[in-house]
Amino acid sequence: MTATASIHDTLSAVYLSESRRVLATLIRLLGDFDVAEEALQDAFRAALEQWPKEGVPSNPRAWLVSAGRFKAIDGLRRGARFDQLDEAAAADTIAVTDDAAWADAESVEDDRLRLIFTCCHPALASDAQVALTLREVCGLTTEEIARAYLTPAPTLAQRIVRAKAKIRDARIPYQVPTHAELPERLDAVLRVVYLVFNEGYTASSGTLVTRHDLSAEAIRLGRLLVDLLPEPEARGLVALMLLHESRRAARTSPSGELILLDDQDRSLWDHGMIAEGSRLVTEVLASGRYGPYAIQAAIAAVHAGAPNPAATDWNEIVGLYDVLLRLNDSPVIELNRAVAIAMRDGPAAGLAIVDEILDRGELRDYRPAHAARAELCRRLGRIEEARGAYKRALKLAHQEPERRFLERRLAELSS
Amino acid sequence: MSPALMGSPMKYLCLVYLEEQKLHAIPDRECANCGAGFRERGLLVAAEALQPVDTATTVRVRNGKVSVTDGPFAETKEQLAGFYLIEARDLNDAIQVAAKIPPAREGSIEVRPVRELQP
Repeated sequence: MTATASIHDTLSAVYLSESRRVLATLIRLLGDFDVAEEALQDAFRAALEQWPKEGVPSNPRAWLVSAGRFKAIDGLRRGARFDQLDEAAAADTIAVTDDAAWADAESVEDDRLRLIFTCCHPALASDAQVALTLREVCGLTTEEIARAYLTPAPTLAQRIVRAKAKIRDARIPYQVPTHAELPERLDAVLRVVYLVFNEGYTASSGTLVTRHDLSAEAIRLGRLLVDLLPEPEARGLVALMLLHESRRAARTSPSGELILLDDQDRSLWDHGMIAEGSRLVTEVLASGRYGPYAIQAAIAAVHAGAPNPAATDWNEIVGLYDVLLRLNDSPVIELNRAVAIAMRDGPAAGLAIVDEILDRGELRDYRPAHAARAELCRRLGRIEEARGAYKRALKLAHQEPERRFLERRLAELSS
Repeated sequence: MSPALMGSPMKYLCLVYLEEQKLHAIPDRECANCGAGFRERGLLVAAEALQPVDTATTVRVRNGKVSVTDGPFAETKEQLAGFYLIEARDLNDAIQVAAKIPPAREGSIEVRPVRELQP
């Protein structure tokens, strides 16, 4: 291998491991997402030129931040885009920052948190938070995000441009929330991570049940968050994602058909992920500071711990749903609890609760509620009602494998 | 007799509406000159240009909890009922102030950044 080729390999590796950190710090130093992104590209271009001649610097990250910063100041001086700014003042602000500040690991990690919290700021629309986080924190290209979300690339690009303009023009601050704001702001970040995971795990539309890349990205993002900010709910969310992800290989047939938990081949489950997820759950529950993600992870861990469906500890699961309902009173959780009760006490007990929830009207257009009702009616031999509920669920299903699953069930009833 | 008939001045809020693509149809300089002229004649209390509606954030307080959403006010039943021109360090601070405005409990407060006119 030639020296240049090996420098290229080094640069690619540095890009993978450092580019998001360098960007996060450059945004703080330069105060603007677009300027920082340009500076990041300039810094790597400079590295491509200089490292082959001068060798790889001892601290590539500090070198890149420094190069990016100077390129940006240079750009400001040339002033093409910034003639309306007070250039000298802008350059001064950038120049007075202590050189040591960006080599200091703690402030670099803080910058990553700043970036995450800014991308997930509640004043940005939910879909913009997701797109911006995947673009800026995870480093996905606009095209990659567009493909993952089955959204036209220009729509997605526009969403990102708009979000960045709002950050700049409404002055959304680039900071980690104060202690008092943290719980609520962390919730928003975790929600974005979980949205990304779910989009990958149960794609809301389209022909594939799973889009692995997004789930993997969400888990990576969750792990990063735990590293930066070891809050129990962040750990709970990572546990939950790992425990769901562990079933990936078992939840679809080779032809892409959906396989329910009870019918899955449990030998296909990823036991490494289950072990890690279960360990995390145990730790979080032991800390006593658990939230809804940790409890959902605990439920997933009970399923994961059962060698076969009959061995599932339904009593434990119902108890965990009770805890979850106290934390977060939602009809969807009530529905899941009803299904667990059906497993523990028989389909009639579960159906009574499902009907009560549906009668309240809150879940009238929620597909899983009608699918659950259909399933329970079928088990009770109430075939006509089951048929009606499956048809209702089918009307509400948008995803092909889901539709085929419901159609199959419906056909089985007729035979 | 009412104050108006007694000749003491009333205050009027003149709201400016423009289609998005026409936001820059009138040069900033012209608007600045207009404001300066009004000020000289003692007509002007305050005048500002706003950033586009894309930069709006809506703040509501329900059951003591502050909710923050992207975009302008959503309820078409709600009408413009007043305004506060505030100074804040950043949007987080502005949101905190907006949440303290009493009607935030009943309606919504749209927080829009002011745009400095370019001379």
